Amino acid sequence: MITNAKNGIQHMIARRVASAIPSLSIVNLGIGIPTLVAQYIDDPKIYFHTENGLLGVTDVGEEDIDPNLVNAGKIPVGQAIGASFFNSADSFAMIRGGHVDVAILGALQVDATGVIANWAVPGKNIIGVGGAMDLLVGAKKVIVTMTHTAKDGSSKLVEKCTYPITSTRQVDMIVTELAVFEVIEGKLHLVELMPGATLEEVRKNTEAHFIESL
Amino acid sequence: MVDKIKSSMSEALEPIKDGDTILVGGFGLIGAPLTLIEELTKKDVKNLTIVSNNLGESGKGLGILLNQNKIKKAIGSYFTSNRDVGEKYQNGELELQLLPQGTLAEAIRAGGAGIGGFYTKTAVGTDLAIGKEQREIDGEVYVLEKPIKGNVALIRAHKADRLGNLVYYKTARNFNALMATAADYVVVEVDEIVDGGGLDPEEIATSHLFVDAIVKAEMILTKEGVVAR
Repeated sequence: MITNAKNGIQHMIARRVASAIPSLSIVNLGIGIPTLVAQYIDDPKIYFHTENGLLGVTDVGEEDIDPNLVNAGKIPVGQAIGASFFNSADSFAMIRGGHVDVAILGALQVDATGVIANWAVPGKNIIGVGGAMDLLVGAKKVIVTMTHTAKDGSSKLVEKCTYPITSTRQVDMIVTELAVFEVIEGKLHLVELMPGATLEEVRKNTEAHFIESL
Repeated sequence: MVDKIKSSMSEALEPIKDGDTILVGGFGLIGAPLTLIEELTKKDVKNLTIVSNNLGESGKGLGILLNQNKIKKAIGSYFTSNRDVGEKYQNGELELQLLPQGTLAEAIRAGGAGIGGFYTKTAVGTDLAIGKEQREIDGEVYVLEKPIKGNVALIRAHKADRLGNLVYYKTARNFNALMATAADYVVVEVDEIVDGGGLDPEEIATSHLFVDAIVKAEMILTKEGVVAR
């Protein structure tokens, strides 16, 4: 049940992303909003990969929780029919080797060319990266989910990332609570307004230059 | 028939000495050799280099070893899960080497497989590629990463036979099967030990030649947290 505005926004973004995943895809979900995407996918021919070593992630009921069966966010999950387990090198070979179709990731910033920053904040200790850099170089398609603005109201869609970038690879699609952008030939295109959002709102809250392709 | 079962934890960890590089399996507490880590906290050693995806959590698992100031350097991919790591790093009490998770895994695989390094696209153009050799191969830029090896590996598996063949359990496999290959001395803790022939050769994920010592796990990860068996 949706209990607050933040939660509602996250679910709206997740639902929109879910509709962009074609059947027969192998999908890797990052931590945060991306995790919610699975709730809105009921196509049994979409398989979820988690980098800690499972292809075939499903939801799990409280009574079936196994502490040794978790996703990359260390949240308990279930295993689908046809699931397989593997070691971390094999898991990242799947990612780096181009065998994962879609990666859905959170971001702190996305720039006007689709380059993202999602692993470190300047002024804080840079002590964690996880699988983000591998997913960006390896996944065939990368979709970013994030709120349009940061807590201080500043745009997360920036002309150039001021936070350390995660990869030089440009992502393919960005979904926020206000808009859907696609990156085409290194440029941000606004392709869709989210329910309830206006073009004026998107213009006001987007620092990065973008092309209006509604 | 060879029998690698050790009757005591202290006997199993006897070869560990000051300054060793120790590979420790697990993704957070999942698949971490909790009993062996606990035993290591009782051992008088210092200046250790720990290779592990995380350094446990604050005051848990490898986090205890960290707070005992036994760790000189940590190599891993995600230390954010233990707030003490940032603090010690900031105070100059701990060296860190941060690697992308896939690079960490592949470096350990390379270490165990006798590979002198590998080129990967991961991290090219980012802060984590600074100071590393880059090379263009077939029109794409790659960064050179070196192999990782340990003096000792402490790992967790589900079942072992007395020879040291191992079977893992679900997502507790993670780095364990790789670390088994990449250290001079490999100790495994398991839920169950069976006689030789008791495991299906088709299901064995780590062959016995990699394993030196086997102990029975005494600390178990449950839904309610870590408990003594």
